[in-house]
Amino acid sequence: MRALLPNSFSKISGIFIILLFMAYLAYASLIFGVIDTSWQNAVEAYTNYNGTNEHIIIKEVRVPRVLNAIAVGFSLGIAGTLLQSLTRNPVADSELFGLNAGAALFVVIAITFFGISSLTLFTWIAFAGSAIAGIIVYILGSFGREGLSPVKLTLAGAAITAFAASMRHGMLVINEKALDEVLFWLSGSVGGRNVDYLISVLPYMLLAWIAAFLLARPIQTLLMGEDVAKGLGQRTMLVKIITGVVIVLLSGSAVAVAGPIGFVGLITPHLARYLVGNDTRWIMLYSGLLGSILLLAADLGARFIAMPAEVPIGVMTALIGIPFFIYVARKGLSKG
Amino acid sequence: MNALETRQLTLSYGEKNIIESLDLTIPRGKITVFIGSNGCGKSTLLRSLARLLKPKEGAILLDGSSIAKCSTKEVAKRLSILPQGPTAPEGLTVFQLVKQGRYPYQNWLQQWSEEDEKMVNKALEATQLSELAHRPVDSLSGGQRQRAWIAMTLAQGTETILLDEPTTYLDMSHQIEILDLLDELNQTEQRTIIMVLHDLNLACRYAHHIIAVHDQTVYAEGPPEEVMTEELVRTVFDMDCQITLDPLYDTPMCIPYSKNRLANIPRKKAEVI
Amino acid sequence: MRNYHALRTKKDLLSLHLHNKTLWVSVIFAFLTVIVAVISLGMGEMNIHPIDVVKVFLGMGSEQHALIVQQFRLPRIVIAILVGASLAAAGSIMQGIVRNPLAAPDILGISGGASVAAVAFLLWFETSSITWLPPIAFLGATLATLLLYVVAWKKGVTPFRLVLIGVGIKIAASAIVTVLIMFSPFMLQNKAVLWLTGSIYGVDWSDVIMILPWSAGLILLAGLLGRRVNIQHLGDDIAVSVGSRLQIDRFLLLIICAALTGTAVSVGGEISFVALLAPHIAKQIIGPSFGGVLVVSTFIGSIIMLVADLIGRVAFAPVDVPVGVFTSAVGAPFFIYLLYKNRNR
Repeated sequence: MRALLPNSFSKISGIFIILLFMAYLAYASLIFGVIDTSWQNAVEAYTNYNGTNEHIIIKEVRVPRVLNAIAVGFSLGIAGTLLQSLTRNPVADSELFGLNAGAALFVVIAITFFGISSLTLFTWIAFAGSAIAGIIVYILGSFGREGLSPVKLTLAGAAITAFAASMRHGMLVINEKALDEVLFWLSGSVGGRNVDYLISVLPYMLLAWIAAFLLARPIQTLLMGEDVAKGLGQRTMLVKIITGVVIVLLSGSAVAVAGPIGFVGLITPHLARYLVGNDTRWIMLYSGLLGSILLLAADLGARFIAMPAEVPIGVMTALIGIPFFIYVARKGLSKG
Repeated sequence: MNALETRQLTLSYGEKNIIESLDLTIPRGKITVFIGSNGCGKSTLLRSLARLLKPKEGAILLDGSSIAKCSTKEVAKRLSILPQGPTAPEGLTVFQLVKQGRYPYQNWLQQWSEEDEKMVNKALEATQLSELAHRPVDSLSGGQRQRAWIAMTLAQGTETILLDEPTTYLDMSHQIEILDLLDELNQTEQRTIIMVLHDLNLACRYAHHIIAVHDQTVYAEGPPEEVMTEELVRTVFDMDCQITLDPLYDTPMCIPYSKNRLANIPRKKAEVI
Repeated sequence: MRNYHALRTKKDLLSLHLHNKTLWVSVIFAFLTVIVAVISLGMGEMNIHPIDVVKVFLGMGSEQHALIVQQFRLPRIVIAILVGASLAAAGSIMQGIVRNPLAAPDILGISGGASVAAVAFLLWFETSSITWLPPIAFLGATLATLLLYVVAWKKGVTPFRLVLIGVGIKIAASAIVTVLIMFSPFMLQNKAVLWLTGSIYGVDWSDVIMILPWSAGLILLAGLLGRRVNIQHLGDDIAVSVGSRLQIDRFLLLIICAALTGTAVSVGGEISFVALLAPHIAKQIIGPSFGGVLVVSTFIGSIIMLVADLIGRVAFAPVDVPVGVFTSAVGAPFFIYLLYKNRNR
């Protein structure tokens, strides 16, 4: 397949166009919502703060929301690229592989058995939950002679999801109080959490972003097949482990900020590959930026679909993502 | 009369044509073998002859009438196919497998007639599997397993049997075992056997009729002695070789040249080149 | 060695072939089901000795026992048996078609479709009669199956695409259910969550009457179609070769599978892993031939449901823990074992 943007010049120009579009979405996200405001107001909230409702909304709700969406989307996009490369599976995704269900189960356990109710703690517990689920699914999916296969991974993910969901529901039946606390969190949102969360995980995110781009070259080699990479002198196990750690860091910190959000990491790597071809570094960059855009757009959509109520953003991305997933499953898997 | 014929047959995967406007006849009561390089479409052709693949254009005639127009059960009573590398569910016994060959003769009420029983036992005997009938298929050796699948197609009681590379993954002795079995079926019961084989020498030894597939059509067909020439091997397989006679059976035998070993050929033989 | 038993009328108008081992294994499991049911009937807030339970059925028990056993506990036990049997039958069919030992209607989104329909129905028609639930759930399951089928279709349906797309549909279904629950009042939220875990809390005789014809009829139909499942076991090429109308049969069987799943979901909600577990255990005992697997697995499914329900009722009393929690607790590790066992396929 020929890339839409074949040379460096067009790829760099593409980045600028994407950034412009992102800026536009960010602008829209600042201004529109249950209460519409104006650009002027948004600027004044920082230059000439006067404590009106609109200023509070902008400072406390809208700006964090935009920043969350951009950072989380970027992380999810990169994590998706890494996950698809690591599992050599075009339908790899955190939701499909049970990472989100694992996170949710851990949070409910924390509430039910340990009486934890601090949002900050939730995030780290969720982080652990998704890492454990991910490791289990990866191990299950790589059993056997032929190694990782999309069907095995997907089934393992489905089983872990079903198990975690049943356990979680069981606990919620016993402990009705937890239901309310957790339901909103479970569905994922970039809103409702102030910018402190983002700041607390930003160092990890940054670290993971840098590591991801450093991993691009070894991964490119690994993609030719494990035996080939070994033959070329790569320590494939090491590359895989580091990639795994970076994925957990990225998706874990995304979960920490915004709760479980699926399918962003499934969609954007495919779009990126369509745009820039097979260079993993470019794919990662594009996939990350497209992830930010997708999340900004999904967040805007989530506000307007059931106004004044908000549809959980995780549900939005799932509803966008499933048709895409099915498209890929129908089309892309025949090659391998 | 011919067992199978094709009329202006065109086969394709997606946009790409694999076989183009082919007219082919396959003789009744003979062993016919398709040969050709990897990906030349011989398996595709075989599958289409057994209606597993719909032709893009043209028709396939079984005993003179188009198989597309017959009901699939009727076709199943006259023609069976053993695809490449079939797998049986875990724990299925040989008997249970062979029994499935009776499918086209059964219905809601009639699920195990005396005829069914007779045919299944006969198939097991012919393949020498009666002793192993209640063993799971997956516990058998490669050769036995392939015999079990052949027994299933035998139980189907068809005059024509198609087999797609029945000897792949088998070692030499099992290859001979399977081909001997097919040969015997052909001789004693006059069944028409049509198969794809990779080994040219075995193809020449067992086939009455060889069909070489190349470049979307049939390159040559006829008895092995006529078809198997150095010229054919060069065109179809893109390989230089020498054709001699099988020291045992006098059927043609193809000995390929190796590029870097020309110097090692004793002078006497080298003169021939 | 006589492993089989042939039944024939004159001129073979009717003929059947029965596997002797399957026959006696079926009898044993039928007997086990009854034993577990009797024990379960005796346990609860008031314990009744199994012998007293039997007496009730023979018309010799005390009035109090009769009331508790027949009015309060029996409907739930019968529902457990019916739901377990329906799920097991649905799972047997699914595993036969998909040729993957890990496929089950709950994993492929068919139960999910039933749930969406049921939860939506509860949300929008809260006041209307609950008797409409089974057909609605059945409709949802069928729609999910149709969707699965249509979307997975590409010159026919392959097991591989069914699995991947099924999982996608399952996730979409749970996303929709999440939205529906977000929009529903608190009371309903609890009910819906209960539903999603799978529970047969609070069923009565009307529920039994509601699903009995469906369960029994569909399982019988599945049995009659057994031959067509068996032939699909051998792969698409072989199935076509012996004259099976592969795509039509596959479609028909999927619909029956959906109907059985819908029936189970309509009273029990999404009870996971029974449909996976029961046919596997059956296969371990009597081999993969469908007819036998269907019969034996329905008994095993019933037993699993009875035991899970018993634990749910008794272990954390007075809290009634949903039966689905226990089926998952057993089912998920088993699934992992299966993944491991089938690692080289």
